[in-house]
Amino acid sequence: MLAFKLAFKNLMGAGLRTWLNVSVLSFAFVIIVFYNGMIDGWNRQSRIDTRNWEIGDGQYWHPGYDRLDAYTINDAHQVMSDEILSDVKNKNLAPVLIAQATAYPLGRMEGVLLKGIDPEQIILKLPSDKLKPSDDHDYAIIGKRMAESAKLKMGDKLLIRWRDKNGTFDAREIEIASIFKCDVPNVDKGQIYLRLDVLQKMMGMGNEATLLVAGNGFQTRNLKNWDLKNSDFLMSDIDRIIQAKKAGGSIIEGLLLIIALIAIFDTQVLSIFRRQKEIGTYIALGMTRPQVVGIFTVEGAAYSILATLLGAAYGIPLFMLIDKLGISMKAARTTDLPVAEKIFPYYSFNLILITIIIVIISATIVSYMPARKISKMKPTDALKGKLA
Amino acid sequence: MENDAIIKIENLIKRFPVGKTEFTALKNVNISFGTGEFAGLVGPSGSGKTTLLNIIGSLDSPSEGEVIVLGKNVSLLTHKQSAVLRNRHIGFIFQTYNLLPVYSVYENVEFALLLQNMSGSERKKAVMAALEWVGLTEKVKSRPSMLSGGECQRVAIARSMVKRPEIVLADEPTANLDSSNSHNILQTMKNLNRELNTTFIFATHDEKVMKYLNRIISLEDGKVVKDLLMPDSKN
Repeated sequence: MLAFKLAFKNLMGAGLRTWLNVSVLSFAFVIIVFYNGMIDGWNRQSRIDTRNWEIGDGQYWHPGYDRLDAYTINDAHQVMSDEILSDVKNKNLAPVLIAQATAYPLGRMEGVLLKGIDPEQIILKLPSDKLKPSDDHDYAIIGKRMAESAKLKMGDKLLIRWRDKNGTFDAREIEIASIFKCDVPNVDKGQIYLRLDVLQKMMGMGNEATLLVAGNGFQTRNLKNWDLKNSDFLMSDIDRIIQAKKAGGSIIEGLLLIIALIAIFDTQVLSIFRRQKEIGTYIALGMTRPQVVGIFTVEGAAYSILATLLGAAYGIPLFMLIDKLGISMKAARTTDLPVAEKIFPYYSFNLILITIIIVIISATIVSYMPARKISKMKPTDALKGKLA
Repeated sequence: MENDAIIKIENLIKRFPVGKTEFTALKNVNISFGTGEFAGLVGPSGSGKTTLLNIIGSLDSPSEGEVIVLGKNVSLLTHKQSAVLRNRHIGFIFQTYNLLPVYSVYENVEFALLLQNMSGSERKKAVMAALEWVGLTEKVKSRPSMLSGGECQRVAIARSMVKRPEIVLADEPTANLDSSNSHNILQTMKNLNRELNTTFIFATHDEKVMKYLNRIISLEDGKVVKDLLMPDSKN
């Protein structure tokens, strides 16, 4: 306790030097929390969006289906059992049939995926209810990215050509019933959503599906001839991207922290040389060398405590403002990553606690290193202020 | 004097390494100090005064011989035991005051008591009493930078006396002070010596100090050349 009292007294007495170090360290602290908060916010947002728009609470795949291998699509379809159909009816499962096709927007040719979806499903956020039944029209919904790349708008007609299950080419015109805005590119880019029954008919695949999306009311169990893919598997790509981003970010954070710690180390080294008489006086007054080392170490560690407080003083209002406004990520939306137009950072208690612990431990270590020199100092030399 | 000796030095030799050779700062020193003495180690620079004072204060250790302070052989003390000896029984006064610059007068004086885990109210009482001895009760909140040299040395005296030590070691306490301040400081210490029966040992070559001493031990080249009692000292 005495060491803390004396250390804080000395820090306050050091004035501007203390506040310069504290400012640099608090800046590093705020940036680390902010950057990690951004990544966590993005992670959270993209996981929620991916879950809501694409994967639900897990999926069941046809055993031959591989989402990364387009060659598997042709053969990856099978009839849904009565058990599955019952879950579909109860809105616990949403079947999706996938087929490859070619679209001809404005006379151009573009490879697309046709996805048949139950118009009454409520598991995914796709506006499937816009896929109205009609005898003379086949309605489709597409995402904003697809609409932009194909220069399509609501009400436009689009010619598509496909091969049915027998390999026979067929073509027809579909009408764009709705354009939805979605932050998950996998759901949007190069994809056209049709009514499931329409696509089944087009393909000659009555009552068949490629995959089943489970809703939160679905009791996860093994379904015969369907492979269960859980959320962890389906989100593994996002996890990998987030990890890569975090690793990249940690280099910047590390550099910032190192700059701040060098400042503390430098100050401590200077302090120990400049304050030799003071060290000698402490010893003459009856302090043991470990006690003096303790004062200097606590002084260094106290920088991090002050930096935490200072960081909180300007960081909390700043974070609250960012939380309100969000950070625009328009540039990142051109990539295939699920990124919302605005990211709202997420600051978890763990993130803040871990950052505080890292900052305090590193500041303590860099303060202890030069302070160890005191224990080798002769009190008589220290009192004379002799440079060792 | 020998009977109630609180410091007993026998055959003390102190050597310092100088490059590859050694320099002998104290050569076979034999002296003792009794309770309540107001004694001085006098001699030119390099005669070994400060070295002897540092060894008595267990800031340094003998190369050979024995130094017994309050019944404890300083050569055999651990760092921690030395620290306890200095904290509880020995007060130091330095030529350059060595006050802690970021602390107030009150806090500088209080410092030694903080190490003794004394309660707040006891500390306050002791600090105010010490500041009263030196006449600085009105400057409790001042920082050392706001004080004159004489006032700084008074704070240093209060700091050394606040714990009521048996021994006070003063290394050239008047070297940075003018004549009037020197006399005031010495008078203060003399009064404390009389009132509290504290043993004061000075290292000095200041004539003003010598006038106050009851005993003058002259050192030359690390040897005691004279040890005189001064019955005619001031007060």
